[in-house]
Amino acid sequence: MLIRRAPDLRFSDITPRSLYLRRREFLQTAAGAALGAAAAVMAPPFTARVAAQKEGTGHGAKLANVVKSPLSTTGEKVTSWEDITSYNNFYEYGPYKEDPKENAWRLKPRPWTVTIEGYAEKKGVFGFDEFIKPYTLEERVYRMRCVEAWSMVIPWVGIPLKDIIATYKPTSQAKYVEFITALNPAQMPGQTTRMLPWPYVEGLRMDEAMNPLAILAVGLYGETLPNQDGAPIRLVTPWKYGFKGIKSIVKIRFVDYQPKNTWQVMTPNEYGFFANVNPNVDHPRWSQATERRIGTFFRVKTLPFNGYADQVASLYSGMDLKRNF
Amino acid sequence: MKPVVLLKRIIFAAALIPAAALALDAFRGDLTANPIEYITHTTGDWAIRFLVITLAVTPIRRLSGWNPVIQLRRMLGLFSFFYATLHFLTWFVLDWFFDFRQMAEDIVMRPFITLGMATYVMLIALAVTSTQKSIRRLGRKWALLHRLIYVAAVTALLHFWLARKTVVPQFQVVLVAAILLLGFRVWWTTRSRTQPRPAAPLKAVKM
Repeated sequence: MLIRRAPDLRFSDITPRSLYLRRREFLQTAAGAALGAAAAVMAPPFTARVAAQKEGTGHGAKLANVVKSPLSTTGEKVTSWEDITSYNNFYEYGPYKEDPKENAWRLKPRPWTVTIEGYAEKKGVFGFDEFIKPYTLEERVYRMRCVEAWSMVIPWVGIPLKDIIATYKPTSQAKYVEFITALNPAQMPGQTTRMLPWPYVEGLRMDEAMNPLAILAVGLYGETLPNQDGAPIRLVTPWKYGFKGIKSIVKIRFVDYQPKNTWQVMTPNEYGFFANVNPNVDHPRWSQATERRIGTFFRVKTLPFNGYADQVASLYSGMDLKRNF
Repeated sequence: MKPVVLLKRIIFAAALIPAAALALDAFRGDLTANPIEYITHTTGDWAIRFLVITLAVTPIRRLSGWNPVIQLRRMLGLFSFFYATLHFLTWFVLDWFFDFRQMAEDIVMRPFITLGMATYVMLIALAVTSTQKSIRRLGRKWALLHRLIYVAAVTALLHFWLARKTVVPQFQVVLVAAILLLGFRVWWTTRSRTQPRPAAPLKAVKM
């Protein structure tokens, strides 16, 4: 039987010579088109990312009606906005100092809620704007001493913590205030690792929380807080090491137990509950006698309670500060 | 040009890039808000990386059978010493600015400084005896002395671990690499004791 089969290549399949001679041009065009298509697909996320980065970690919106507080620290050179916003310990965004500036654009600080729980007459979930509305914003310039022996001088904008506490009327059973950071690994990529137990927890004894120096900060340099500095709301206790200043707070609890703050849980022999700045009690691995002020070269002596002893030392009278570090 | 000589020149140039990048950052004022900490961490990171890379030379030689690779070992070790020296000087000059009392206190009181200092002293001993002359003069004692690199690797890792508040990814990388490379030696030694010599015996290579 004769099987008729068409030839593999028909005459019509042969590429015309003129086209064949332009094959390189074709490849170039195709490659160019592919690159162009790739760029078109990649560009919007990229530009969106740059915009989000600028919005979340750049300068915030100007805050209105901020009054200067007499409790501000004077006679100190204020650290630059660039340094305050590019050199952060905020493990939710990674373990290195430059990570928060790089990664914190992912955080969406609005809408945001703060939950009040525990031994208080008024409790509930409050939208951020509603939460801060009753108070006058104050500018407070404070020294900030990190447990790693560096320091800054930071012009915070915030609300006295005692005024916020008064709003919620804690009962006599409330001995401590516990603060909890947002838990949102999608927006805080550091939380996908097990570097620290999440969410971050901090706490203050009630009398510490009621001290006029303690504030919840919502701004920096007269503008809303950049994400990497703890937007939208964070604790500032200038007489304590920086790690007490819990960031991006979502929950405040009035409790009858001493909260287990994250770094104490991590390494109890190195970080305590009180964490008062104390040049005479060294960290087990390094000295706390001196510090380097960011933006200057030479180390300076660290002061007891970070120089705020007049306002806070009485809180700890009779306490062994070597044991209660 | 022999391949290993070419490779040596390329690695030499590449090994200077971190120092050049740091100098460029310094020149542009781009050393973060805490330049001294940044320089300390960068030079320390590279010192320990080159230490680990140095430890990789012998396993590469054994596994590949390409003996000339050994000619890279001294240079890589000296680069570890070079970055360790920058790291030490940063601490000595920039961090404490010749405050001998504080530095002495740190060396005695702070285990991570003690370990860092001990590592550096070992690296000095290895660097000054790295010359051809020393190899000849010390003879068999030289090989024994240069096993100090294993001790230095362990103390360097402990120093790194204790210097940070948490286990950072950088540390995990060098730790895993060091465990693999030191583990290789244990495996190789026990293997060559229980098995006949490998097919291609190692030749003495002129350094």
